[in-house]
Amino acid sequence: MYATNYQRATSLDDAVAKLNAAEDGKFLGGGQTLLATMKQRLAAPSAVVDLTKIPELKGIGVDGGTITIGAATTHAAVAGSKEIAAVLPALTGLAGSIGDPAVRNMGTIGGSLANNDPAADYPAAVMALNATIHTSKGSYSPEEFFTGLFETALDEDEIITKVVFPVPQKAGYEKFRNPASRYALCAVFAALTSDGPRIAVTGSGNEGVFRVSEMESALGSNWSADAVTGVTVSPDQMLSDMHGSAEYRASLVSVLAGRAVKKAG
Amino acid sequence: MSEVTLTVNGREVKRDVEDRTLLVTFLREHLGLTGTHVGCDTSQCGACTVHIDGNAVKSCTVLAAQVDGSSVTTIEGLADGDTLHPMQAAFREHHGLQCGFCTPGMIMMAVEIVKRHPQGLDEKTIRKELEGNICRCTGYHNIVKAIDTAAKTMQGQPAMAAE
Amino acid sequence: MGNEGIGARVLRKEDKRFITGKGRYTDDITERGITHGVFVRSPHAHARITSIDTAKAASMPGVIGIVGGQELIDGGVGNLICGWMIHGKDGSPMKMAAYPAMDPAVVRHVGQPVVLVVAETKAQATDAAGEIEIVYEELPSITQLSKVLEPGAVEVHPETAPGNLICDWQLGDEAATEAAFASAAHVVELELEQNRLVPNAIEPRAAVASYDTGEDHYTLNTTSQNPHVARLVLSAFYNIAPEHKLRVIAPDVGGGFGSKIYIYPEEIVCLFASKKLGVPIKWVAERTESFMSDAHGRDHISKARLALDSDLKFTGLKVDTIANLGAYMSLFSSCVPTYLYATLLSGQYALPNIYANVKLVYSHTVPVDAYRGAGRPEAAFLIERIVEVAARKLGVSPVELRKKNYVRDFPYQTPVLMNYDPSDFITLMDKALAHIDIDGYAARKADSERRGKLRGIGYSSYIEACGIAPSQAVGSLGAGVGLWESAEVRVNPVGTIEVLTGSHSHGQSHETTFAQVVAQRFGLPIENVNIIHGDTDKVQFGMGTYGSRSGPVGLSAISKALDKVEAKAKKLAGHLMEADEKDIVIENGELKVAGTDKKIAWHEMTLGAYTAHNMPEGVEPGLVEKAFFDPINFSFPAGTFICELEVDPGTGVTEIVNFVAVDDFGTIINPMVVEGQVHGGIAQGIGQALLEGCYYDENGQLVTASFMDYCVPRADDLPSFAVDHIEVPTPNNPLGMKGCGEAGAIGAPAAVINALTDALGTEDISMPATPEKVWRAIQATRPAMAAE
Repeated sequence: MYATNYQRATSLDDAVAKLNAAEDGKFLGGGQTLLATMKQRLAAPSAVVDLTKIPELKGIGVDGGTITIGAATTHAAVAGSKEIAAVLPALTGLAGSIGDPAVRNMGTIGGSLANNDPAADYPAAVMALNATIHTSKGSYSPEEFFTGLFETALDEDEIITKVVFPVPQKAGYEKFRNPASRYALCAVFAALTSDGPRIAVTGSGNEGVFRVSEMESALGSNWSADAVTGVTVSPDQMLSDMHGSAEYRASLVSVLAGRAVKKAG
Repeated sequence: MSEVTLTVNGREVKRDVEDRTLLVTFLREHLGLTGTHVGCDTSQCGACTVHIDGNAVKSCTVLAAQVDGSSVTTIEGLADGDTLHPMQAAFREHHGLQCGFCTPGMIMMAVEIVKRHPQGLDEKTIRKELEGNICRCTGYHNIVKAIDTAAKTMQGQPAMAAE
Repeated sequence: MGNEGIGARVLRKEDKRFITGKGRYTDDITERGITHGVFVRSPHAHARITSIDTAKAASMPGVIGIVGGQELIDGGVGNLICGWMIHGKDGSPMKMAAYPAMDPAVVRHVGQPVVLVVAETKAQATDAAGEIEIVYEELPSITQLSKVLEPGAVEVHPETAPGNLICDWQLGDEAATEAAFASAAHVVELELEQNRLVPNAIEPRAAVASYDTGEDHYTLNTTSQNPHVARLVLSAFYNIAPEHKLRVIAPDVGGGFGSKIYIYPEEIVCLFASKKLGVPIKWVAERTESFMSDAHGRDHISKARLALDSDLKFTGLKVDTIANLGAYMSLFSSCVPTYLYATLLSGQYALPNIYANVKLVYSHTVPVDAYRGAGRPEAAFLIERIVEVAARKLGVSPVELRKKNYVRDFPYQTPVLMNYDPSDFITLMDKALAHIDIDGYAARKADSERRGKLRGIGYSSYIEACGIAPSQAVGSLGAGVGLWESAEVRVNPVGTIEVLTGSHSHGQSHETTFAQVVAQRFGLPIENVNIIHGDTDKVQFGMGTYGSRSGPVGLSAISKALDKVEAKAKKLAGHLMEADEKDIVIENGELKVAGTDKKIAWHEMTLGAYTAHNMPEGVEPGLVEKAFFDPINFSFPAGTFICELEVDPGTGVTEIVNFVAVDDFGTIINPMVVEGQVHGGIAQGIGQALLEGCYYDENGQLVTASFMDYCVPRADDLPSFAVDHIEVPTPNNPLGMKGCGEAGAIGAPAAVINALTDALGTEDISMPATPEKVWRAIQATRPAMAAE
């Protein structure tokens, strides 16, 4: 790791001020990606501004059909939330599948979304549930927020504050792990929302998380696994690497979508 | 440089360290607590697992400064004097270690796994929960048995007989 | 004292320090003024070094010095060697190219060390390493084994080894084998790949090197399986210092699996630099460095043909193998795909004619050497795969075909040098069948089908050879060392015992199992016995631990030394009790005169040996005995593994649902420890079969250089294992031990692939059989299933 300055922010304003004062600063969530990248000298921020101690970024609320999760909430806190499990077990299950238990004790939902790793889990839930991402400057729909591989609509000094998930009628998450890294090689979040069915795929898209509209329309008339397993996606829009070719990932999208729908019930 | 104050295994320690100092470096190099090991550089092997405020964390992927003010428990602080923690005892009883290198992290993770599953554990859950800890010697067979036994001891249930 | 002797399930003495964080590994060792070394490594598979500019780095904070390859040459440091000379079928010696610890001119694999930077802290050394400017002229490279021997292929060492061929080696009678094929009723052919593996002991390699100017003496703490061999090679070949001026310590070592046998460039460079710079230096590999610099394992491609007569008896086996040794010949690399491989191709079978041709080749990859099993997994996989394929092709049960061909009369001389120990292969298979509940298999398979899963069952009856010996024989085959072991038993005045062994435990539990053997001999508690190993200043020369040799060879040496202690103890006791030494029996910590009530306690006798007030005439005081044991033959562990697995056709994921291992390791000292060794070996074997693959891309880059891409088994990749054994002691060593450390890794891959191909209904699938490969196999045969 190159030398860096650690700064602990006490409020959103303090965080932005500290970032702007640094030559090349970065916000730090739980650090499970950023610190790992810095250790490999693939990132060299002159300062890291720790957001996780800012009180307003903490906490989970379930109220009137929505779930609100503070950006600095750890995956473990979401996974262990009885309130969320009571209304949306697919989300606690998703959070409980991220990384491993030690990673979940540090990693945060805000950090995960801001990084927008194409193999991360949360983008699938955000996209499928049509969650709203609130920031220090405003709010985004998923389509606005995720702009490409490791790319988001966030400004350099913009901080995710919370994510608000509308509770769907049904939801299921099915994930196929890269056997080595344990990130999603392909994972599908299926939800029946007030706006109809939504299918979001992570781990496989060559532009990051994406929806499969053909599956969504098929589910509109027939909410069943059979409705989606017959729908194929094009390998052209898939990532391809040593762990999974585009063809394989494309096939997994259909297979896992069926299983996610079945899980949703 | 940052001044970092931690309570490590019940004792308050204070050191001035470079901001880039990882918690594992702080523990090993600055405090001489070499029971916490480093087995990889991608946060996967889990040999460096310690507890921060009771939660299992990979100390190779946390800055010491990040956890300033926290309470840290390492493998050296797990036993109660000469009395082994039930998880330590179970690892010995079931031959859950061979070379011993992954063992401290494995035990620290195992203690947290039991804590998070007050309703009890089955083999499948134990194996799933060990996803972030790699052992190259045991094939995990006896580690799983050790955790199963320790869980029952820690939760006041009768443990299965050692084989 | 409870039962702590041979055969008892004794808990380990060494555990306490490991479970309380008090283990002492190389990285835990420090000394006053310690500095830290970081290597700059080649990013290229093959390149000429045009220039190295260290000026900026040298002026950075904390930097003490920078050492390059030219300084090693100028300092008289010798090249690394391969210590086993083999000869080709034309009689020519293997073509060993120069292997400098750091070559100042050319790099031949990604990760090859080029420069060492030493600084006060590791962070400073890393910072400075990043500022060293090395200009490379990139050259074409070759890393794909299948292309290495093609005409016109890029050559790794064109002057020494034209065409990349190190040795064109053979074993067996080619003409007789061809004749067997000419008269065969059936011939089965198979092409096989042995995937390249990275050992990945969880403790990365490390070294702490220091030089004492006052004593002109070096000390090296390092992650070694054989510190004496390390010292010998560092002294005799690399010219670091004469042996008496170099102490090598292998403290607690966090797993080896073969990868810590060898003496690597890093230890040599750190020792050299510690004197040159006048500071103690610590180097600890990061995992990615381990991937790029620890010797890799396996990496063969083979063609095999099996001949059978009309009664389905095997009559001939012909094998052509290309074995990748990487960019340089590592310490024992030449013997692994030859004498540790082709000699085991007979498997458990009476196979009268065998011929093997092995071409050992260079490539621009990390050197390849012994990894758990070393040659024997490759042999077992080949024979057990082709036997399975033969059974399926010929429509006979794989169990029956094996049983029909098992060796039944022992000792058995194979056509490929080996003379097998007694065992009972039929019973091994039958016990394994009982454990797997073979009668219930059909119902389990039907249940899988109902759940939309494919189920398969696969067998593997392996045999291997441990305790490579005798020294004279291995010497005649080209070994540069003897393969005996040494022991010294020191009985202290108060009766406690220290045993100094040349073996080295890095997970094998010697502190417990060796103590069990000693304690049993005299009826003492194992707490009274200490095992000392791993330090050349403490322990007499020994050969170390690899090849499952610590039991059959290391413990045999201890046993021989105990014989001498026992004899002297009886002589002393007889003298003290005025009885004939022949009438003395030792039990429960007492020396008794048989048939009388006369006895003295063990500690009374030992104290007598040291007070020496009343010694028998001509007997020296003290009670310390040494022994060297050189076995008269290899030992031959064998076993049958059965794997039962289920495949999810939608994802191609394979789940092992039952795994049975029944082994014959001869005498077992501690079943708990032996089972642990089997579990770990099986896990590595399953890893090879399903998960672990090491790959280079077309530019020679190692694309599996971390746990993010190289998949070592996690707990949820594996089942619990059913492990059982029979005990047919070998007559070739005093305790009857055959060795157990590698068996799991040797037998498991074929069992898994046989089960998987059974489930898929395909003849073959290459290792590692990843979910995508399995999914593609299902796509090819049953596309409808693969879509659900």
